[in-house]
Amino acid sequence: MSDMKEPATDVVAEPADEGRKAGFMGLPSLGIADRFANLPTWAKLPIVLLLVAFAFYLPNLNILPFAYVRTDLTSGGSDWGGVLFVVVIYMIVAIGLNVVIGLAGLLDLGYIGFYALGAYSVAIFGSPSSPITQKIAERFDLGEGWAVPFVACIPIALGIALAAGVTLGAPTLRLRGDYLAIVTMGFGEIIRILSRNLDGVTLGPKGITSVPRPPEPSEGFFSSIESAHWYWLALCVLILLIFLTRRLENSRVGRGWLAIREDEDAAAVMGVNAFKFKLWAFAIGATLGAIAGLLFASKQSYVEPTGFALNLSFLFVAMVVIGGSGNMVGVMLGAFLITYLPERFREFQDWRPFAFGVAMVAVMVLRPQGLVPSRRRAREFEDRKHEAEEAAADV
Amino acid sequence: MDFNSLIDGLGTHTLDGLTRGSIYALVALGYTMVYGVLRLINFAHSEVFMVGTWTVLGVYTVLGADSDSGMGMVILASLLALIAAAAAAAGVALAVERIAYKPLRKKNAPPLIFLITAIGCSLVLVEIFGHVLRVFFGPPFGRAPVGIPSPIQTTTLLTIGDVRITNVQVFVIVGAIVMMVALDMFVNKSRLGRGVRAVAQDPDTAALMGVNQDRVIMLVFLLGGAMAGVAALLHTIQFDITKFDIGFFIGIKAFTAAVLGGIGNLRGALVGGLLLGIVEVYASTLFNSSWADVTAFIVLVLVLMFRPTGLLGESLGKARA
Repeated sequence: MSDMKEPATDVVAEPADEGRKAGFMGLPSLGIADRFANLPTWAKLPIVLLLVAFAFYLPNLNILPFAYVRTDLTSGGSDWGGVLFVVVIYMIVAIGLNVVIGLAGLLDLGYIGFYALGAYSVAIFGSPSSPITQKIAERFDLGEGWAVPFVACIPIALGIALAAGVTLGAPTLRLRGDYLAIVTMGFGEIIRILSRNLDGVTLGPKGITSVPRPPEPSEGFFSSIESAHWYWLALCVLILLIFLTRRLENSRVGRGWLAIREDEDAAAVMGVNAFKFKLWAFAIGATLGAIAGLLFASKQSYVEPTGFALNLSFLFVAMVVIGGSGNMVGVMLGAFLITYLPERFREFQDWRPFAFGVAMVAVMVLRPQGLVPSRRRAREFEDRKHEAEEAAADV
Repeated sequence: MDFNSLIDGLGTHTLDGLTRGSIYALVALGYTMVYGVLRLINFAHSEVFMVGTWTVLGVYTVLGADSDSGMGMVILASLLALIAAAAAAAGVALAVERIAYKPLRKKNAPPLIFLITAIGCSLVLVEIFGHVLRVFFGPPFGRAPVGIPSPIQTTTLLTIGDVRITNVQVFVIVGAIVMMVALDMFVNKSRLGRGVRAVAQDPDTAALMGVNQDRVIMLVFLLGGAMAGVAALLHTIQFDITKFDIGFFIGIKAFTAAVLGGIGNLRGALVGGLLLGIVEVYASTLFNSSWADVTAFIVLVLVLMFRPTGLLGESLGKARA
């Protein structure tokens, strides 16, 4: 119990200055996050469980005022379960990218590359129609229609993404931040162009069909139209990943990332091996991106190069940054808003990219720390602003 | 790998590369100048170029200039298009600076925020031409590519060996080089240019010496934008086409060119642009044109890995002190 008390004193001290600083658009902050963080475990657990239960219940939501959130109310609307699935997939992406951008402070504009690698690895090794599996089957006489089973594809995909993350990161992480952004963007684009041009591996623009599905309890449980089932699967993966990333964030590695992000030189002086930790962030981010891509490809049961355009990469970055980089709740909110809103308001779909650009500029100019920033991050921004003001006053 | 066709047409390919490269070089100037002064990659610069191409289309349409126009009309249309494109592009570049970057500079935001804001601006500009203007004015705005009827007819000026040199190629290469020399003289010789170099070298000291930093920043965006506008005119003369997202790849390549030559270095932009154009044309003959876009990225990654300061070194101030 004694460790419960210490943060409690914090609560009293915080709101006074925190209230004005972290409030949204000048409104005082509600401090929900603080209050929640300071609840004892026995109170936290039921709240979390309730939230999770609600998330699982979402596909069946049909009690009236709340059911307006569904996207399939009009005839042209999108499949509600499918939208939820994509939201969760993008939340996984946002969590992965948050490790790279939010925690380690590296701008990765080519995250789509890892997502595509995940999707393509499961397709290339798991689909009987891919040229590679056909060649393997022929070489070892495995018979027509042989392919690597889904479960075995997971480590392959993760391994490939991890290897790509390290290969890309090792030479480039020594570069300055903005150069890194451009190189990673180049990487994302190279992956897409390779997937389009390497006919012998990816079947080029035609794409690969019959991507394997996860093991099913009954025939057709994970067919593409059963989007609610897919949503539940993705949700389980998401929850697991949230748990793991949380642990990571509060570990030695996580503290290393924070130190590097705030001041790389100071961190290096304190004995943090900046390069090693950055490479970790990059590799972990790559793997999470691959998991999302893998699930997505498996649900679609089809991959093709146009699904991995660079714009999607910018979208991913926007999720993290608009939501509030560094804060897991923030980036998940960002992913939700950016995926869900356009689906709910499909009638305006032509306006989506425009609205999106305006929102990006507006959020960055008015609230560069994001909608729901991490407290530490918000402080950093506040600090920088003060420094600028002081410097201006000096001149 | 098709070495024979590369060797056979080496002269033609080199000339093609130089033509392509001079446009990259002109666009690269915008990246390089802004980077030199602000240490900021102005991602929205590619869209400044895009606006330029649409302006050229607008001028031609208003004047009714097309491939049948007489000599006087061709000269008038080209001159007006040049001025209008440069002005519009410079205006857009300046607007982006005022609306998006200046408030961030006041907050001393980290570079990452600038970059994301720039991507946002770029998206807004692309969508204005790809969608918003279409809603109000209909075609030619929209997502389909639009042909620009260039009043200048392509004719062969002279043939050396089996290399045919067309008037368009001469126009593009000479035009680009003239603009770059003019800009280089301006930055090196004029009073305003000295201010630009001073801020690039050391903003604080420059401010103490009475250089108005804010004005220098505006000037840099204006000049970079105007160069992109000229590049837009040259591009339309060469390719007769524009599209709402035409800026993206040109922007990437121009940026690569800037980094290749040494970002922040004006002459570096010229060297980098021409070199990249040639490499790209060679690569697309050697392999296949679908690989041309990868070349730029691979060159970029290699340069950044082995010589991050570029071929001619980096700083706008130091390289020509």
